[in-house]
Amino acid sequence: MNAEPMNVTGTPLRDKGEVLLSVENISLRFGGVKAITDVSFDIRKGEIRAIIGPNGAGKTSMLNCINGFYQPQEGRVVFKGERRAKMRPHRAAAGGIARTFQNVALFKGMSTLDNIMTGRTLKMKRGFFWQALRHGPALHEEIEHRRVVEDIIDFLQIEHIRKLPVGKLPYGLQKRVELGRALAMEPELLLLDEPMAGMNLEEKEDMCRFILDVNNQFGTTIALIEHDMGVVMDLSDRVVVLEYGRKIADGTPDEVKRDQKVIDAYLGVAH
Amino acid sequence: MSDIATRPAPNLLASPLVKFGLLLAAIVVALAAGIWLDSSNTLYAIFVDPFRQMAQAPDLLVQTIWEGLVSGVLYALIALGFVLIFKASGVFNFAQGIMVVFAALTLVGLYEKGVPAFLAVIITLGVMFALAVAIERVVLRPLVNQPDIILFMATFGITYFLIGFGEALFGGNPKQMIADQLYLPKGAIDLQILGGLVSLQKIDIAAAVIASLMIAALAAFFQYTRIGRALRAVADSHKAALSVGISLNQIWVIVWFTAGIVALITGIMWGARSDVSFALEIVALKALPVLILGGFTSIPGAIVGGLIIGIGEKLGEFYWGPLVGGGIESWLAYFIALGFLLFRPQGLFGDKIIERI
Repeated sequence: MNAEPMNVTGTPLRDKGEVLLSVENISLRFGGVKAITDVSFDIRKGEIRAIIGPNGAGKTSMLNCINGFYQPQEGRVVFKGERRAKMRPHRAAAGGIARTFQNVALFKGMSTLDNIMTGRTLKMKRGFFWQALRHGPALHEEIEHRRVVEDIIDFLQIEHIRKLPVGKLPYGLQKRVELGRALAMEPELLLLDEPMAGMNLEEKEDMCRFILDVNNQFGTTIALIEHDMGVVMDLSDRVVVLEYGRKIADGTPDEVKRDQKVIDAYLGVAH
Repeated sequence: MSDIATRPAPNLLASPLVKFGLLLAAIVVALAAGIWLDSSNTLYAIFVDPFRQMAQAPDLLVQTIWEGLVSGVLYALIALGFVLIFKASGVFNFAQGIMVVFAALTLVGLYEKGVPAFLAVIITLGVMFALAVAIERVVLRPLVNQPDIILFMATFGITYFLIGFGEALFGGNPKQMIADQLYLPKGAIDLQILGGLVSLQKIDIAAAVIASLMIAALAAFFQYTRIGRALRAVADSHKAALSVGISLNQIWVIVWFTAGIVALITGIMWGARSDVSFALEIVALKALPVLILGGFTSIPGAIVGGLIIGIGEKLGEFYWGPLVGGGIESWLAYFIALGFLLFRPQGLFGDKIIERI
């Protein structure tokens, strides 16, 4: 992995701000299946936070709780100081949480441009009436947002696929478009669910660079799930490790790497 | 090794144009041979005589095409209601037909109760809005993320509910549409063309004009506005739409209300030509072949499909119907649709079915 390492062993962590989001004692069950049991951790402003763990550890469920797709039976999500038992996807998005999905969820029939434009939905305020006329203020607004979207397209270097329906694009590019759509929301917190799954080395390097650039240039806080340990250790400031729905470790990449429970979870342990 | 040897032979049949041309040529040759050998004149009666009749009396042909065009516009309107909801929620709304009846019945029923005609139109719009909200609350919201087939079955439920509800409120008798009170034109324009008389009903002309205007407005709305984009987004992926902050509930209300407006206009136009009764619902099923022809996701498809079915039906009935004793109008549309399903399942204009595996 050639991505620029964020915190090589020994260097102090960058100064991270206050807590942006914290999950408190969350438990989530599907019928009798316990997906998450009593997990707490926090995400600080401006950091890259990784959530790792073996398959079925509850990582994606965790993201779903954070952005309101699932409602945990117990526990709270505190976002920007607001404590909510129930987060709704619509409200999470309005509050500044954007996300991508493990299996790309794009609007397949629409062009790259239109896909990313949907990310501006919440920023566009003109009512139904003006929209229907597509005139005056609504048109002005459309043009203004189009400019932002073109900047994002430039940033992600996907100019050449602007007008193509995304269903036809290769997987790596689809993931990039999905990131673009999330960025168009100008989120404060960006949740990435395995942004590099199924990519080749070159695509992974590109994606790493985009994630770092987003974090550095826009100061966006990022929480990501990833299986590639090299990527996780290079990118993230802090790592939380889940196994069977429980938190088994939390700390800097180096701390986590040396943690015996984590080593056991990943390598297996003789009982 | 020569390059030619390694290159795969160009597959001429891969081009749809070549394939279609070959097919057409084969049919023409077969027909020519058939007619040549035909002793009982059956093939002549099917493949030659109708066209001879058309050429002999062009005024009749024009009249038939016009009739077809008009019913085609009405089919297109119903199909449009289906397309709207299918695009936005991926649901095939079986209830669109009964929504047309329900809207028309409400309008006429209100007028009969003494409400002035235009006020009745506004109140009916209000009723369609209330219906949209109710459907979203009671039917769609509890079924978020369920498979499409479940939502489809739910629209059957809506259909039977609306039938019962409509009959309970307004009775089952056919009613007269209040065309005069809404200042819809009456009478006919007679044109002297092609050595004959072609008569165009003014109400039909009005229907065509109003339908075109509405369709153009809807198409632009879908293509170029934020809400239009949100509607298409919801159709593609619920969870992705939620993640960018599109409110499914709001979108569903908007789209069902829009379908309700389309239903009301269809109901008025159709009711003005015949009368308002529950029989309309059966006619609404004609939208199914229209959609298969035009594609479930395409507004232009609904229009072109509607026109093809409408005109094809009338021409078929008038020129070929007598050969089998008439009455083919009722099934010809489905027959055409079946042919389309074999060769172009996504319809003329439907989104190409893209599946990466």
